Amino acid sequence: MSDTHAQTVAFVRNEMIAPSDPPAREAGAVKWLRENLFSGVLNTFLTVVSLLIVWYALAAIGPWLLNSVWTAGSLAECRAILDGTSGACFSVITDRWHQLLFGFYPPQHYWRPVLALALLFAALAPVLFTALPRKLLLFTAIYPFVAYHLLWGGSVWFPVSVALGFVAGILAYLIVARVSTLIAVFAAILAPVFWWTFAAGAFDQTMSGILPLGLEFVRSDRFGGFLISLIIGISGISLSLPIGILLALGRQSDMVFLKSVCVVVIEFIRGVPLITLLFTASLLLNYFLPPGSAFDLILRVIIMVTLFASAYMAEVIRGGLAALPKGQYEAADALGLNYWKAQRLIIMPQALKISIPGIVNTFIGLFKDTTLVVFIGLLDPIGLSNAIRADTNWNGIYWELFIFIAALFFIFCFGMSRYSMYLERKLKTDHR
Amino acid sequence: MSSTTDPRLAEAAPKKRAFHPSMLLYDQRYRSITIQIFALFLLMLGAAWLIDNVINNLRLLGRTFSFNFLWQSAGYDINQRPIEYNSQMTHGRAALVGFLNTIILAIMGCALATILGVLAGVLRLSSNWIVSRLVTIYVEIFRNIPTLIWILIFGAVMAESMPAPSTFRGDDPASSMLFDAIAITNRGVYIPAIMFTTELGVLPLGPISPSWNWVLILAVLVAGVFANKYLIAHATRVQNATGIRPKTWWKSILVLFGPVILIFIGLGAYLEYPELRGFNFAGGTHLRNSFLAMWLGLGIYTGAFIAEIVRGGILAISKGQTEAAFALGLQPGKTMRLVILPQALRVIIPPLISQYLNLTKNTSLGLAVGYMDLRSTLGGITINQTGRELEGMLLLMAVYLAISLTISGLMNVYNSRVKLKER
Repeated sequence: MSDTHAQTVAFVRNEMIAPSDPPAREAGAVKWLRENLFSGVLNTFLTVVSLLIVWYALAAIGPWLLNSVWTAGSLAECRAILDGTSGACFSVITDRWHQLLFGFYPPQHYWRPVLALALLFAALAPVLFTALPRKLLLFTAIYPFVAYHLLWGGSVWFPVSVALGFVAGILAYLIVARVSTLIAVFAAILAPVFWWTFAAGAFDQTMSGILPLGLEFVRSDRFGGFLISLIIGISGISLSLPIGILLALGRQSDMVFLKSVCVVVIEFIRGVPLITLLFTASLLLNYFLPPGSAFDLILRVIIMVTLFASAYMAEVIRGGLAALPKGQYEAADALGLNYWKAQRLIIMPQALKISIPGIVNTFIGLFKDTTLVVFIGLLDPIGLSNAIRADTNWNGIYWELFIFIAALFFIFCFGMSRYSMYLERKLKTDHR
Repeated sequence: MSSTTDPRLAEAAPKKRAFHPSMLLYDQRYRSITIQIFALFLLMLGAAWLIDNVINNLRLLGRTFSFNFLWQSAGYDINQRPIEYNSQMTHGRAALVGFLNTIILAIMGCALATILGVLAGVLRLSSNWIVSRLVTIYVEIFRNIPTLIWILIFGAVMAESMPAPSTFRGDDPASSMLFDAIAITNRGVYIPAIMFTTELGVLPLGPISPSWNWVLILAVLVAGVFANKYLIAHATRVQNATGIRPKTWWKSILVLFGPVILIFIGLGAYLEYPELRGFNFAGGTHLRNSFLAMWLGLGIYTGAFIAEIVRGGILAISKGQTEAAFALGLQPGKTMRLVILPQALRVIIPPLISQYLNLTKNTSLGLAVGYMDLRSTLGGITINQTGRELEGMLLLMAVYLAISLTISGLMNVYNSRVKLKER
């Protein structure tokens, strides 16, 4: 068969002709320009307008940025160096970056918040990336106590005694669970409460007496800058998710009373601005606590911010729960799972997956809302930028400080939103 | 094998069991009641504890709980006054002025955010490479930086980067007014104000007494909208009956704007331009820096969120809808108006309203730039002067809660109206 042609046709080309190049306007940069920038009258107009905007923005900001001064000691010195030309004075950052980041935290102890932040990433890693071994989660569990000790210092036995309360709860549950699960739950709640009320203080004092270990104590009013934003933001983020889940489940519950309590809590918190809650924390909490009791302002703010974010979180998760088909609930029932097992194994993994974008948006919102603490006198980066401006050296400096603070927030928030996109892609199981 | 004789089956048959106390814990039917009663008990205990603490604390401080301070003289000035106010008036009146300022800012902010957001959301989907990149930069930068920083930045832009009124002076001034009508200065922006030669007096409506002129204009506008609605419904009826849709656009324009323009002419409306007098501009409407910083900060910030909502809404409509509309022979414009938009709006509106809510609540940041909203008047100076923080904060929260619940109530009504009717 193969030599048929050889006998019938005089010549058969045995290689393809090389394809000729496309016309110049249909290839390379020209084609890309035609398709993406100048595909019509409207598009051409938009392109020209955009180019003008870019040009004006660059012309306004570019020279100012390029001509920046990094070494002056005051704004006046800066202006003397610039000598009338337009230029940024980033020396305020080189001069005051430590305040913007740490507030009035003692400089010799800067390693403590830095180490706490580094350990935070270590603690987060097993939560964020499932490829890591699960045993690392143990470190995540003890991280809050480590972080507290690193940041505030004081006797090492105080966080240990608090942590032991949780250990007591878990032990009580494990022991009593053999008898009855329900009683075990009560035991798990009561054991830590008893420990904290009666034993923890004594334990703390005895152990401190025997073995006085610990870092130098740093008072809360020395905290400030981006450190305070991170402390409030991260505590709020990690606490608001579980509380939000509970509120969402309460709102979905069949129990009329519980449901109405959850609805009232959620709608009340969502209905008022965060700033009124913060003012409640700073001004009114003393009215609601027994006379004479007072506790740390940062802690009060964390509680309020957490409550605020929890209400939003609850609504986000409720959306995820509502989006699940009813068959999932029925399948869980059919398997004979009880309520909590069904939630843990069937409902929540799916509902949380659906609500990831909303959850991360709430996290980002919470982190951005930490800037509001400036109104109740905490020295967050914005509060410190006002303080720096109050100094005669830097009176009248605005943009450089704003750029620095905004960049810090941008990095964290943008990072979070990118991670949520990664997570969504990773958990995507449908093939649309 | 008859079932009646089998003793095991007889035992297994549903039998009314006597109530036993342990069923309160172990029987699903009763357990929820137990839990709820327990929760109710805890809640009441907690509430009693809180109220008891408040009473004790108030007694220790020698204070009473009363809202009488609202009728005392305020003694402070408010720079932006939508209704008549001076420092001799009461704290209640000051709170009302603050409330109106909050509402004005919220409405203006929502309008700006919607315009920017819709524009940016559509442009981000544009096939134009540079436009979509630019809009992405806008959206990402504004979404990821706190609104408070933006408010402060816009405040600084207005106060630091704009020319002083004195630079408008002289034969060859360094700055000039836009279109000879708008003066942008570091003390705020001055725009022309609409004035009337004929004043019809004020409508006596308690504390807020709007001018009859504006009430009349508003009424005519609303009437025009309803008339236009009727006009369009009529055109649809004609189209259904005859198959030909009568041209309505010029009638619509006439009905919507004609009567209003007539009223403006009838009342002798004219524009009062701002002009430089002494050290400052006078005449026209003065938009203060505090207002502009809040308006631009909140509007542009929320606009970025709305852009994402609009983009998501448009992307949520599957491509098959567009193709089906084209297959029916609809033109692109009609496809957008009749097929895509009605479906996209259903996705867009609920999160949009929640953005409006956020913006309204964020107006409480006015304190940062000295905008005298409800939070700065009632929740700020009034509380500081009278020391009534408990009453003041409760009232403040109640007002914000009322605003929020009103908006979300309206949203629920809208949602149930546009919800997919599944059969």
